Amino acid sequence: MSSIHAHTVLIVASILFVLGLVGVLTRKNVIFILLSIEIMLNAAGLAFIAAGAKWQQPDGQVMFLFILSMAAAEVSVGLALVLQIHHQHKTLDVEQLKELKD
Amino acid sequence: MILIWMIGILLAGGILCWLAAQWFPVLAKWIALLTVIADMALACTFFVVYKTFPHSDNSWFIDYQVNWIPSLGISLHLALDGLSIVLLLLTFFLGILAVLCSWNEIKEKTGFYFFNLLWTLAGISGVFVAMDLFLFYFCWEIMLVPMYFLIIIWGDTNRRYAAYKFFIFTQAGSLFLLLAILALYFIHGQQTNNYTFDYFSLLKTVLEPTTEKWIMLGFLIAFVIKLPMIPFHNWLPDAHSEAPTAGSLILAGLLLKTGAYGILRFVLPMFPEAAASIAWWAMLLGVIGIVYGALLAFAQTDLKRLIAYTSVSHMGFVLVGIFSFNEIAMQGVVMQILTHGISTGALFVMAGMLKERLHTRDITKMGGLWTSMPAMGGVAILFTMASSGLPLLGNFIAEFFILLGTFNINTTLSVIASVGLVLSALYSLRMMQQVFMGQPATTTTVKDISARELIIMVALSISIVALGLYPQPVMDTVQHLSFTIHPLLHE
Amino acid sequence: MQQYLYLIPALPLAGFLALSLAGRRLSANLIAGIGAGSICITAVITILLGIQFLQSPPETGVWQQTLWQWFHISNLSVDISLRVDALSLAFIFIITFIGALIHIYSIAFMRHDRDYARFFASMNLFVCAMLILVMANNLVLLYLGWEGVGLCSYLLIGFWYETPANYKAANKAFVITRIGDTAMIIGLFLLFKELGTLNIADILHLAPEHFATSATGISLIALLLLAGGMGKSAQVPLHTWLPDAMAGPSPVSALIHAATMVTAGVYLIARMHTIFELSPLAMQVTAIIGAITLFTAGCSAMVQTDIKRILAYSTISQIGYMFLALGIGAWSAAIFHFFIHAFFKALLFLAAGAVIESLHHEHNIFKMGGLKNKMPVIYWTFVAGAAALAALPLVTAGFFSKDQILWYAWSAGNGHPVLWAVALCGAFITAFYSTRLIVVVFWGEMKTSISHLPPKTMTIPLIILAFFSITAGWIEWPHNLLHLSLFSEHIQHVLPATILQTHLHGEIFFQLIAAIITLTGIYTGYLLYHLQPEVILQWKQRSALVEIREFFFSGWKFDQLYNNIIVKPFQFITSTNKSDAFDKIYNGIASANLHLNQLFSISQNGSLRWYVVGVLIGILFIITLQLLL
Repeated sequence: MSSIHAHTVLIVASILFVLGLVGVLTRKNVIFILLSIEIMLNAAGLAFIAAGAKWQQPDGQVMFLFILSMAAAEVSVGLALVLQIHHQHKTLDVEQLKELKD
Repeated sequence: MILIWMIGILLAGGILCWLAAQWFPVLAKWIALLTVIADMALACTFFVVYKTFPHSDNSWFIDYQVNWIPSLGISLHLALDGLSIVLLLLTFFLGILAVLCSWNEIKEKTGFYFFNLLWTLAGISGVFVAMDLFLFYFCWEIMLVPMYFLIIIWGDTNRRYAAYKFFIFTQAGSLFLLLAILALYFIHGQQTNNYTFDYFSLLKTVLEPTTEKWIMLGFLIAFVIKLPMIPFHNWLPDAHSEAPTAGSLILAGLLLKTGAYGILRFVLPMFPEAAASIAWWAMLLGVIGIVYGALLAFAQTDLKRLIAYTSVSHMGFVLVGIFSFNEIAMQGVVMQILTHGISTGALFVMAGMLKERLHTRDITKMGGLWTSMPAMGGVAILFTMASSGLPLLGNFIAEFFILLGTFNINTTLSVIASVGLVLSALYSLRMMQQVFMGQPATTTTVKDISARELIIMVALSISIVALGLYPQPVMDTVQHLSFTIHPLLHE
Repeated sequence: MQQYLYLIPALPLAGFLALSLAGRRLSANLIAGIGAGSICITAVITILLGIQFLQSPPETGVWQQTLWQWFHISNLSVDISLRVDALSLAFIFIITFIGALIHIYSIAFMRHDRDYARFFASMNLFVCAMLILVMANNLVLLYLGWEGVGLCSYLLIGFWYETPANYKAANKAFVITRIGDTAMIIGLFLLFKELGTLNIADILHLAPEHFATSATGISLIALLLLAGGMGKSAQVPLHTWLPDAMAGPSPVSALIHAATMVTAGVYLIARMHTIFELSPLAMQVTAIIGAITLFTAGCSAMVQTDIKRILAYSTISQIGYMFLALGIGAWSAAIFHFFIHAFFKALLFLAAGAVIESLHHEHNIFKMGGLKNKMPVIYWTFVAGAAALAALPLVTAGFFSKDQILWYAWSAGNGHPVLWAVALCGAFITAFYSTRLIVVVFWGEMKTSISHLPPKTMTIPLIILAFFSITAGWIEWPHNLLHLSLFSEHIQHVLPATILQTHLHGEIFFQLIAAIITLTGIYTGYLLYHLQPEVILQWKQRSALVEIREFFFSGWKFDQLYNNIIVKPFQFITSTNKSDAFDKIYNGIASANLHLNQLFSISQNGSLRWYVVGVLIGILFIITLQLLL
């Protein structure tokens, strides 16, 4: 385990984060955007883990657990919203969902 | 303590109206009427007792103070002198009439309406007795919010615009007032290490001339917007013409007077030198207001707007009178405050009555109403003449004093202001002619004044004639103005 | 007796209050009883008081009654206080006596009007205001009466308010007199500033001590007061309201022209005579304005066709004589002319009203004619009035008063031959148009049928007035004819005697010239309108004469002038700025905010991905900053 550098893990986390970001930016479907956000959250969690391992502190893992529970909550609220959006607008395309503009 | 009661009655009465109207809407107006009558009785008692009160240098008739937020030096400090008594009398007198003239006009949300009406009155009477600057500011704001609701809920077609404009203008002024009060509070606190909002303590603050000027301007701007002074008068025609009848009555009769009161009570005694330094400009703007307001009034076709612009013109006299620092003019200012409240109030009430019958405020669509409404025509003559400054009626005394007093100080401005007398005749006659003379514009018969309306009009007529023929009691009551308000008067 | 002074204005006031508050519930008889009764009782009281005053004059020459203190601050103390001396007594007598006759006449005249009560209420108030004006012991109270008559004239000229011409005339009267009033009140301010009092007796007492003769201050005060007087008394250039003022009912015109309102200016100047004496400039201006007025108005009266308009212009002209007399210092002559003029002018207006009423409201004199035999009472009384107006020598009262003015116009201390010549021209013109009236209205053929003859209640006041128009002059004879000058002796308790230039003699020649001129005027009128009417027809062919006639007819184009230089620009300015220029500024601020809002709201397009890019760019920007700094 210790053979893996914190440096490497952070690079992986960055790649994951950028993947998620690109997903958020390019996808039109709300569900995919939510998935991409999950990926970004996991990237952040991975970075925490790596940092916690490097300084031998439990804080990183605590934060990861926190992110997990937060992501779960977020997904449940998010999916409920997605369902409502689908129900009311018959679409999940963010390009067409501009009601909050005004 | 009695002063707390006075305001408390109004506040409690307002809540009671609101609650009572949930079950018995009719009850609300009776509660409102009784509440204001009770306060009127109280004010009359003050007036009568004050007459027998031994006048010494300390002209404060009632002085009541308890701590409110002691850590910040805020107290519930209420006090009463002659000026306050006279203004309270006016407040409750017009308050009663305001309740009476909303009797049939308001059909929706009666309870909430009377709640707002009474709370506005409470705010206004608070302004007239508060001797703690924080409390004063508090009351100053209290009277605005219910007024805003009165306009925006029960107003006419363009009420949103009018209410926003009213609120933004007065709030902008209030902001400066708040800043100035805070500046004064901190400067006084630093000097004496006694942080207090008390009027009498702050009165003794020693200020650098420049600081004094800026703080004075902060106070002044809030008051002249209320007054209103050109060029801050634009909220007034909109608010007056869109407000319901009682709203216009209170706006013209009372709210404008808080501006004049503020200048008399705060600006002159606290910042005499600074006030003297801008006196000429203030008088100039007052004179411009007299002429400009009259010219605009002449052109209007909306009856309430016309009357509103006459207010601009008449309040110009107040500004001129105040800043002439002359004893006679100062008495004239107080008289103008009273008589303008009564005469313009009466005109607004009349406009309301006409609107109830004809469903329009456009004077080009009126005409020949004297035939079907002889009594109303007679009253209209009386009050248009009052507005044009006919002797025998109170307004003449006021304008005569102001012009006479100013003449000794600044002849040119006084002469230009006198031109206002001619212009006032022009707009008054035009109003009379368009509404009551000529061929009847509608074939439908219009009912003359009802008994309730007659009571309102008779009360107003008697008071305006009484003030014109025997103004001495009022003048005696505010005699102290010249001694306490302004040291410059006797220099 | 002086404790009853208050009754004189109080009774008409009570009449006004009763009629205006309860008028619509009273029967017509009761209305007439209250309306006319109050004035008649006042007249009786006045006569009783007058007899008392003349028999045992008070030592100070003044009766005074203070009712209550009006107001009192610092050095300004003003009472509601009445004061009667010889001058005001003459005015009170005319106001109440002629007022009473006019009221009696109105009972029948206005009988069928819908607003019977309103009419009498306003008339009573009018008399009351005028009485307060002449009885005031201070200038503020005088100003109250002064504005009061303005208000009443407004109410009465616009009495038939449904016709636009009537209310326009009413507005015009109020506004033009208000212009004069404003000048006057500025004069009051100046007086108070200089003398520190507004009490009339004090002013007259202090002014000579305080001011040197022809000091600027006193001249200014005198001119401002004069401007006030010019407004109310319809002197050029503030006279244009009076010809239109005949829009009111005829008794109103009689009241305005004879007893109230227009004589207020004469009263004011006479009352303030000390101030005018201190300012020779103001005296000269008064005399010149009087002369100009009597001439211009006389010319206009010559060519009018409306019977009441002729009389209106003749009033302006006769008041011009009074101003002329005041200006040359012939105080008593001016008041005497006022005294006589009141009788015959009231008579003429009331008689004209009766004629108009009988001829189906016809105002045009050329549609009248031939009334001599049909309406003998009206005819003979009208002749008496017109003869007095024309100043027919010796037999009419008008001669005695006008002759005095003519004589003084040359001979008095401030007199001047030019003034005399203008006044003489005026006398000719007056005689001419008086004759024209008689000839055209009463002689010749009938052109309009008579609907009904005036009842007795209308003719009796006419007969009484006619009697006085003939005889009232006999109380004051020219010195060279008979030593009887009751009136000037009475007035000289208050007003100074006229100072004559020492070197002038031969009053009799002046009288003869005046008499001849008058008779020539009468003959010219008789010649042109009765003997050789074709001359006028010939004149009407000549365009130059027609133009002059047009010019005179329109009142020397004053109305057009004011319309073009004042009314129209005023209306233009007010109507262009109807929506208030300042509002543009505030609306500008508001719309600037709105535009800014629109600008920023572009960024908020609702697209989620734009927001994310925005966040990303923001983060990158912050990180870059962090790295760079």
